[in-house]
Amino acid sequence: MAKMTLEQLRKLREEKKSDIARRDVEGKEIQVIVGMGTCGIAAGAKQTFDEIVKALDAEGLGDKVIIRQTGCMGLCYVEPTVEVVMPGMPTVIYGKMTADTAKELVKKHLVGKTLLENHIFDRPAADIVKK
Amino acid sequence: MHYTLADYVLDIAQNAVEAGSSSVRVLLDEEKTGTSVVIEDDGKGMGDEELRRALDPFYTDGKKHARRKVGLGLPFLRQATEQAHGDFAIASKKGGGTRVSFRFPADDIDSPPLGDIPGLFLSALCLPGGHEMVIERRRAGPGGLGYRLVRSELSEAVGGLELASSLALLREYLVSQEETEDGN
Repeated sequence: MAKMTLEQLRKLREEKKSDIARRDVEGKEIQVIVGMGTCGIAAGAKQTFDEIVKALDAEGLGDKVIIRQTGCMGLCYVEPTVEVVMPGMPTVIYGKMTADTAKELVKKHLVGKTLLENHIFDRPAADIVKK
Repeated sequence: MHYTLADYVLDIAQNAVEAGSSSVRVLLDEEKTGTSVVIEDDGKGMGDEELRRALDPFYTDGKKHARRKVGLGLPFLRQATEQAHGDFAIASKKGGGTRVSFRFPADDIDSPPLGDIPGLFLSALCLPGGHEMVIERRRAGPGGLGYRLVRSELSEAVGGLELASSLALLREYLVSQEETEDGN
């Protein structure tokens, strides 16, 4: 692949945008939030983030999912952590989300609409929940 | 402790964004003898006492997480540079921004590997907020490269920095920037 210019990047987006317009988009209601605090970064959250971007695009969900980064979610012991907010599914905070597991998360939770066993840590630790 | 140099950069860049900055500058300069990084912001900054305490791992201002007792980002970085016989410097002024600079020598066994640079820039550029971020990347010598990334330009080009499809495009662009002139 040759080094891309900003102009080529814009053009590529225009091409993709017309693809998106043809599809039936049900709204951008799905959110994937990756914990990017010091604890998350040390556990590989950067690779997890990267893997999620790639996997969502590969599954054709790129135009339906918003990806955000946040700081520590209070679950430092099971980093990297990823929260998924999606209509028709309970909001879940997943832990131990390595790059490999992130692919599985996209396949199972976002495409297959089933929860990922052994990775559910549900809610933030008590010390960061607002009272 | 972080594994790669890229992880340290992301950690400090996140601090810079969270300091309420309107502009963040990141410089990553890879040379034969070592890699230097500068992360500069115009955020809220710290006074002398606060700055001293920011380097203490058992101190945090408690604003990010109430009752949390540790703040590890800067102390991790300082420890890693000391261990690898590199350099670390931080300068900050209350209300006047912060500048963190560090360097890891190429020939020290404790210097971390560089890590995934496109992945680092992707995460750093997508840190939430309305700030500007300018990243300059240089690599000297044979197989050298140099490019500049401006967050607002890239955001406009891919249609915002939140949608997975936009981020995938941005990722593709960032990976292509690491290509050298001879195609390697």
